[in-house]
Amino acid sequence: MPEIAVTDAVATEAERNAVADSIMLQDPGQISFEAAGPALTFDGDRVARSGSERIFNRRHLLLPVLHDVRDAIGWLSEGGMNEIATALQVPPAEVYGVASFYELFTFEAPSAPDAVHVCDDTACRIKGANELKGELSAEGHNVHGSPCLGLCEQAPAVFVQRTGEAHVSVRSATKETVVAALGGAMTNPVAPVPQPTEDLTLLRRVHNAAAVDFDGYITTGGYGALAKAVSMTPAEVVSHVGDAGLTGRGGAAFPTGFKWSAVAAEPGPRHLVVNADESEPGTFKDRVIMEHDPYSLIEAMTIGGYAMGAEQGWIYIRGEYPEATRQLKSAIAEARSKGMLGDNVGGHNFRFDIELRLGAGAYICGEETALLNSIEGYRGEPRNKPPFPTTHGLFGQPTAINNVETMVNVNQIMMLGGEGYAAVGTEKSTGTKLFCLSGHVAHPGVYEVTYGATLREVIDLAGGPTGNLRSILMGGAAGSFIGTDMMDVPLTIEDSRASGFSLGSGVVMLLNDTVDFDDFVARIAQFFRDESCGQCVPCRVGTVRQGESLLRIREKGSPIETERKMLDDFAMVMKDSSICGLGHTASGAILSAIDLGLIGGHS
Amino acid sequence: MTFVDIPVEIRSKVTISVDGESVDVLEGDTILDACTKAGKITPTVCYGPTVTPVNACRVCVVELEGSRTLVPSCSRPAEEGMVVKTDTDRVTDNRKMVLEFLATSSDVSQSDDIQGWLGDYKADLDRYDPETTERMTDEVKIEDDLYIRAYDRCVLCYKCVEACGEDAQWTFAIAMSGRGFNNRISTEFDVTLPDSACVYCGNCVAVCPTNALQFKTEFDLRKMGDWRPEDQTVTRTVCSYCGVGCNLDLHVQDNQIVKVDSPMDHSITSGNLCVKGRFGYQYVQNRPS
Ligand SMILES: Cc1cc2nc3c(=O)[nH]c(=O)nc-3n(C[C@H](O)[C@H](O)[C@H](O)COP(=O)(O)O)c2cc1C
Ligand code: SF4
Ligand code: FES
Repeated sequence: MPEIAVTDAVATEAERNAVADSIMLQDPGQISFEAAGPALTFDGDRVARSGSERIFNRRHLLLPVLHDVRDAIGWLSEGGMNEIATALQVPPAEVYGVASFYELFTFEAPSAPDAVHVCDDTACRIKGANELKGELSAEGHNVHGSPCLGLCEQAPAVFVQRTGEAHVSVRSATKETVVAALGGAMTNPVAPVPQPTEDLTLLRRVHNAAAVDFDGYITTGGYGALAKAVSMTPAEVVSHVGDAGLTGRGGAAFPTGFKWSAVAAEPGPRHLVVNADESEPGTFKDRVIMEHDPYSLIEAMTIGGYAMGAEQGWIYIRGEYPEATRQLKSAIAEARSKGMLGDNVGGHNFRFDIELRLGAGAYICGEETALLNSIEGYRGEPRNKPPFPTTHGLFGQPTAINNVETMVNVNQIMMLGGEGYAAVGTEKSTGTKLFCLSGHVAHPGVYEVTYGATLREVIDLAGGPTGNLRSILMGGAAGSFIGTDMMDVPLTIEDSRASGFSLGSGVVMLLNDTVDFDDFVARIAQFFRDESCGQCVPCRVGTVRQGESLLRIREKGSPIETERKMLDDFAMVMKDSSICGLGHTASGAILSAIDLGLIGGHS
Repeated sequence: MTFVDIPVEIRSKVTISVDGESVDVLEGDTILDACTKAGKITPTVCYGPTVTPVNACRVCVVELEGSRTLVPSCSRPAEEGMVVKTDTDRVTDNRKMVLEFLATSSDVSQSDDIQGWLGDYKADLDRYDPETTERMTDEVKIEDDLYIRAYDRCVLCYKCVEACGEDAQWTFAIAMSGRGFNNRISTEFDVTLPDSACVYCGNCVAVCPTNALQFKTEFDLRKMGDWRPEDQTVTRTVCSYCGVGCNLDLHVQDNQIVKVDSPMDHSITSGNLCVKGRFGYQYVQNRPS
């Protein structure tokens, strides 16, 4: 590698200090992985391009360092990025390429040090977000519109990205509470879980404020699942997960047992990555777990590490979750100090530790291979599969990636045993499931139900719809709208599929007849356009073209039949030829809205 | 390209079916290699014989039995027993849409290949209302006398990035920046080329499929309406600057060198040159008057 050549721009002293402090703080010594091998590996009959050919030991620090510099200075200057490039030995064009991929980084000195990100996405949009955005802009704040902030149950939501101070989210925001947050007021989140503790399994600790501390966690039965796990062999733990029939809760419903046994069968070092990027519009369940029961995630990951022989765990949490980040940070540190993470976890003779990594505003980084690239310090562009992460994952090494909710189910599996767990729910959808209710519903929040409950039952738990229910958005922007005729469909993987929709990440967003569906659906199209990584042509261009089609229907009176033909063509190529799930699902909600007559009616 | 340098003699044979015909390729070869061997003409944009495929354009997709979606033939290794179809409506329709997307978002008029495929696949560009169809409208960047960057012609195939980086030059002067439709190939902080880490090897120019990167000489001649490939000759010679022995192809119009490249299949260069070989040809033309 030739020496890194940078432009003439020089970092200020504050920027230099921020870079140095950040690198010191990351303490690379703590992270145990071997440097990546070559990108092109020849393995039996399969060739893999995974990660980069270049071995830069510090490259994976790029995103954390970018965060730290932005947080100290308020933005990223040319000089600051030159300093980062030199310190990490990453070419400056790539530093810029990576930084400009993320929404939370800006490249011009801002008008005010603190950025105010107002969610104007689905749930917040129908609860006055645009008006709030207008009021705040009128007062001269540094306002940005934001995709879903994962606070849909307390809409409208605002993320205040401060400079030199802790970030904070503002829930059920008003102009006054946002201004207070800018002045330093912190949020003390209350669990948005209306069900009483006795009805809850996964969420049983969320009403107990003490559970966020190590001792409180222990007195509420914490680390009982790990004790069960280490009384078995790792292989037995994996087979319990398989027997339980646990499926991924991140959206794709992939059997977790398959994934875990595949990773365990590969030669080490192995990684366990938890996907806490939760950015699907309407989804906020993982946030609730992390804010109110962080140790349950740490315990479940520790079990996973033991079971798969993965010594390094990673949590990739979205950058707009400051409270959950703080809880996890302190819980990880505390678990480490209590010997429950580290070289000899709980005296059980195995090593496991957790690195917490923050996203920086990119929905696509929830796609598992984009997430891996993001951790490695590259742009969050999904990788072509195969090879799959189970064989070529983080740094080219075998990696299991699971959603937060999927993970915490592992504790439950240990307590009940695989078969005991499988007895809950239906034959194909086992266990309990978290649903995120938002929009026009009496009591928005996270609800935990045993698989098999119907849509009506779930909505009734939340006090029923408010107003005249018109449609329900299931599964978020990547899901679809359904009609009220679906009320009696049991919300299981198999029944929803048979009825033509997907549960996705558990979004149940109720929309009554006051909703301007033209506007609402246009926002979904805008979401995909903004969030497409832009790597592959079908999605980079298709997400733009479908938005234009909707615009023509809405503003130019273009006949729905003409546009429908185009939209179907766009949908086909995005579904068939895109690299990843974003392109595959980008047209579903829009087409379902037309099918249901929600848009294009011109009534 | 094949992915790995395994000596031919130890690579085992892989047999796959392409449109019902059985084709033998070698381990490490791609589905595209097999399609080509079977005589199929496969459009490709981001694929190049000298760069690692990033499989971003998706115009080379084929049907693969057992796969829910189509797969990019350029970057999927052939595996024993694969059943591939290239002549179905599904493949044709998808390729046609990719081509429509390319042609409605960038200026692909200078790519003869893409122009040809647009016709072959019956792309219907007229159905895109020009008023509401967003295109890349970047102004051309002219920052020196060697080459220009016209990003309104860019299809974001990543080839130049690969050539500047890991696949050839290891300079990393350009990278993808931004996100989604706002993606742009960019130097650090979008500074001009002379201010960037660029070493002017021009290896990016050599792999660009749409003339977004172009010799300044060609750019100027086209602007004057005087670019006449039919009147050009190509003379192969050996670069006289150093002892490596790179082959040069000198494109000559009206007794003036207008462009220099090197054969992609040349064992020494793989199409790559350095600034001297690619742009240092003026001395040849300094004839006594
Ligand atoms: C565009 C896109 C965004 C995604 N976002 C998330 C996310 O925020 N959280 C998540 O757990 N999974 C997300 N996924 C799914 C992941 O790719 C992956 O399937 C999941 O993390 C696997 O974990 P699981 O098997 O436990 O569900 C996303 C997928 C796509 C295509
Ligand atoms: S489908 Fe979209 S998000 Fe996924 S890789 Fe392609 S451009 Fe990126
Ligand atoms: S040529 Fe295969 S994806 Fe571009």
